[in-house]
Amino acid sequence: MSLLDSLVRTARRRSPWLFHLNAGSCNGCDIELVACLTPRYDVEQLGIRLEASPRHADIIVVSGPVTRTTLEALQTVYAQVPDPKVVVALGSCPASCNMFAGSPTVVGPLDRIIPVDVYVPGCPPRPDAIVAGIADAVAILCGDAPRPEPTYVPVVTDACATGGLS
Amino acid sequence: MTVVRALLSLLVFPGALFALPAGWFMMWLQRKINARAQGRIGPPFFQPFFDFVKLLAKEPLVRPRLQGFLMTALPLAAVASTLGAIALLPVFPRAGGFSGDLVLLVSLIEIGPLCAVLGGFVSRSLYGGIGASREAVLTLAYNLPFLTALVALVASAGSFSLAGVALAAAWPVRVLALIALVACIPVKLHLNPFSAASAEQEIYAGSTTEYDGPRLALWELAHALEWVALTGLVASLAFPVADAAWPVRVVVFVAVSVALVVALSFAAASTARLKLAQTARWFLLWGSGIALSALVVAFVRL
Repeated sequence: MSLLDSLVRTARRRSPWLFHLNAGSCNGCDIELVACLTPRYDVEQLGIRLEASPRHADIIVVSGPVTRTTLEALQTVYAQVPDPKVVVALGSCPASCNMFAGSPTVVGPLDRIIPVDVYVPGCPPRPDAIVAGIADAVAILCGDAPRPEPTYVPVVTDACATGGLS
Repeated sequence: MTVVRALLSLLVFPGALFALPAGWFMMWLQRKINARAQGRIGPPFFQPFFDFVKLLAKEPLVRPRLQGFLMTALPLAAVASTLGAIALLPVFPRAGGFSGDLVLLVSLIEIGPLCAVLGGFVSRSLYGGIGASREAVLTLAYNLPFLTALVALVASAGSFSLAGVALAAAWPVRVLALIALVACIPVKLHLNPFSAASAEQEIYAGSTTEYDGPRLALWELAHALEWVALTGLVASLAFPVADAAWPVRVVVFVAVSVALVVALSFAAASTARLKLAQTARWFLLWGSGIALSALVVAFVRL
């Protein structure tokens, strides 16, 4: 491995920027994710930053069971994040739809819409678990760990094909 | 010899070789002080460098040809002009410089914000447009005290060259003018309390909302260089140690710049963001008041 490659890998390991998308979550997981930024957990030590724009992000953190109203936004945001990117499913809702399973307004779970790389289960998960999940995502991002096989082949939408450009 | 000297100041000191690490160091220092003031540990030392490398290594998005060209050219122009402004700084007041380089420095410093305004609109993002229009309003507001303070310095020194101003401006004028200049720095660097132009989380990322990967890395680079240019301008005007040996001048220049970064970071960490109208009003009233008093003092003494 050349010096440049190892520099890029180190940079990816040391500087993961997150974009958080609420796909119909009850706000429990969202609060726990923001708790990671507080003095008690302080993920900025690991170079992690919560970015406001999906164009700046490396890791997409999705909470919620994916409702019909957020489906299009989810697909657009996934396409807007430049490669390489990793998807983290935050909480039980994106993994299994949790207590919202079977609802006519829910189109999840998340891995039927976009490929999911890391699951952080819990309702809501503790901030420690979220930090551990992001660490797993970082390992996939910089190539230290293999990317898991997607359990569902997602449908390519118009948003995905155009890179989220309107 | 002057060509060699110009190249040295552009590429070595205070230019690229010094300004790049210094800019990253200042960005780290600001984030670290912000974190410590909030009771956190803060980012590691090499964080801005790793952020830059990571953004460069992201795959650029394929955009329509003209838009892609403009979205690359505008941050590049901001980087180049800010680097040029740094090269003009009178760290060594008796060496180099020419009559009128102050006008050139002001225009080079202003090209960065101008590119940010254009870049926000070019990106065709709603939030980029809002950030760009805010940036434009604030540029008009803070340039009144910024330019008035520089005119006061020029009037007091009787010279349009940076070296002449650094050596000859009268001290009462200089103190008032420098206060006005320092007050303008947080707007240009998008720091609290004057951070309405970028207003992260409120209008997403302002004019850089739509920029991805390498293009965003160029904006980050321009931002790092702006730190060096603006703190360096104040440092070289505040302490022109003309008769000292060159290591002393370099040390004084760097020390005053870093002290200014620390002061600005604490001010940013301990204040909240003012609204756009409040920021503009502050500069048109208080900022201009200080700068105008500097101008009055300069003319009365003449």
